[in-house]
Amino acid sequence: MSGRLIPPAGPRIEVEQLCVDYNGTVALYDADLSLPPGCICGLVGMNGAGKTTLFKALTGFVRPSHGRIRINGQTVLAAQRDQAVAYVPQSEGIDCNFPISVWDVVMMGRYGSMSVLRWPRQSDRVAVRDALERVDLLPLAQRPIGALSGGQRKRAFLARAIAQRASVLLLDEPFNGVDVRTEQLMAKLFLQFCQEGRTILISTHDLGHIREFCDLVVLINRTVLAYGETSAVFTPENLARTFGGMVPKP
Amino acid sequence: MTWLLEPLSHAFMVKALLVSALVGGVCGLLSCYMTLKGWALMGDAVSHAVMPGVVVAYALGLPFSLGAFVFGVGSVAAIGFVKQKSRIKEDTVIGLVFTGFFALGLVLVSKVRSNIDLTHILFGNVLGISSSDIQQTLLISALVVALLLVFRRDLLLFCFDPTHARSIGINTGLLHYMLLSVLSLTAVAGLQTVGVILVVAMLVTPGATAYLLTDRFDRMTLLAIASSVLSSLIGVYVSYWSDSSTAGCIVLVQTGLFLLAFLLAPRYGILSSQRSQAP
Repeated sequence: MSGRLIPPAGPRIEVEQLCVDYNGTVALYDADLSLPPGCICGLVGMNGAGKTTLFKALTGFVRPSHGRIRINGQTVLAAQRDQAVAYVPQSEGIDCNFPISVWDVVMMGRYGSMSVLRWPRQSDRVAVRDALERVDLLPLAQRPIGALSGGQRKRAFLARAIAQRASVLLLDEPFNGVDVRTEQLMAKLFLQFCQEGRTILISTHDLGHIREFCDLVVLINRTVLAYGETSAVFTPENLARTFGGMVPKP
Repeated sequence: MTWLLEPLSHAFMVKALLVSALVGGVCGLLSCYMTLKGWALMGDAVSHAVMPGVVVAYALGLPFSLGAFVFGVGSVAAIGFVKQKSRIKEDTVIGLVFTGFFALGLVLVSKVRSNIDLTHILFGNVLGISSSDIQQTLLISALVVALLLVFRRDLLLFCFDPTHARSIGINTGLLHYMLLSVLSLTAVAGLQTVGVILVVAMLVTPGATAYLLTDRFDRMTLLAIASSVLSSLIGVYVSYWSDSSTAGCIVLVQTGLFLLAFLLAPRYGILSSQRSQAP
């Protein structure tokens, strides 16, 4: 489970001249981005700057009107079939009253590699167990997902991504409503993921967390404004352009 | 025991009991997905929209389920199209489209020369169900149950987290339309038993009742099917002995079971002692 992934020949994620529009409203234009295997990259922008749109394009939810995306050198569709992309949702976007146990949620990470009937094999159960162990949730495996705290729920979705053995993890506001214990565990996990060769893209508007966690950062405001090492990209001018002159306090 | 056995001496009662139990079971299974996906209104819409299809099919001498299916799926497509191409909110579009279809059905019933009884479509006619109708119901039920069983895990994921489903390469568009087709088919089957107006109860209430009783999806499906089948059987008996509307009795029993769960469910009932501990 914790074994290294075989790195792709080129970058993990490659986005070229990406344009996305919704019925004529441009959400993202001329976005360029290239992320190597084994990095933690922050995706920073205001609400409506195109963070969600970029995620949707990377998960195949929206079709680009122009440009191309390559994940491990493959199209989004082929990468999905390889179980390469895991999306970790904001816990708020999930129905907490859903009648489903933590174990079953994590098992959903295995569906893509199962047969049509999605009957778990022994290897699937092992993968789920290992994933739950890594996020420290094994004792709570049989609890309904709604009985967990916000931080624990976040960890359950991280476990699902681990069970999926994805090489690209897309995390939507992972630090929202998270307790200290979860934050520490996440920091540790992200480093491990990075060493294993996974590429993590974190969307957030919390600059403090970006400085703390991310070695790379992408500033986005309808297009990619700047991209590179966090220390080099986080200049007052860049941040001013990202936030339209209103730089949030770090 | 006479109250239990006497009705069974009539062939029409045996048929009615079997058909309503079968339809109840199928609707109960589907109702779990409807309640979890939040498609109650969609169920209402589709069940009303199938009405013109039934009339047209009868007029053309086709199996009524075919016409109903075409109009059921057509209404869903119309809802999707209007929603996408206009600024109107979804619930408004649903209300608008299904009433339009339903009105068309009413006008057709009154103008098209046929032996269709409007009240049978509106309120069901399980006591007078014909053999060919039973065959259609059997066929529909088998198809629906097979689809729901084969794709149960995918559908569960589709209800719970469609983004994840999509990102691991599951065709969520296909699942969406499959669930809608299954809904149309089931509405047709339910139409036989309880009629257009009350079908939505069959498609929602058992799932809602079961949802209050468990935190496990598998248990929820079993409970929904059990409560639905039980309601159908009790409802038909009550209707026989009280000489009242069969559809009304079936749905009333379902509502009664829901109220019991609402009051007494171990964790989520309003009188439950564990309630304060619930998350």
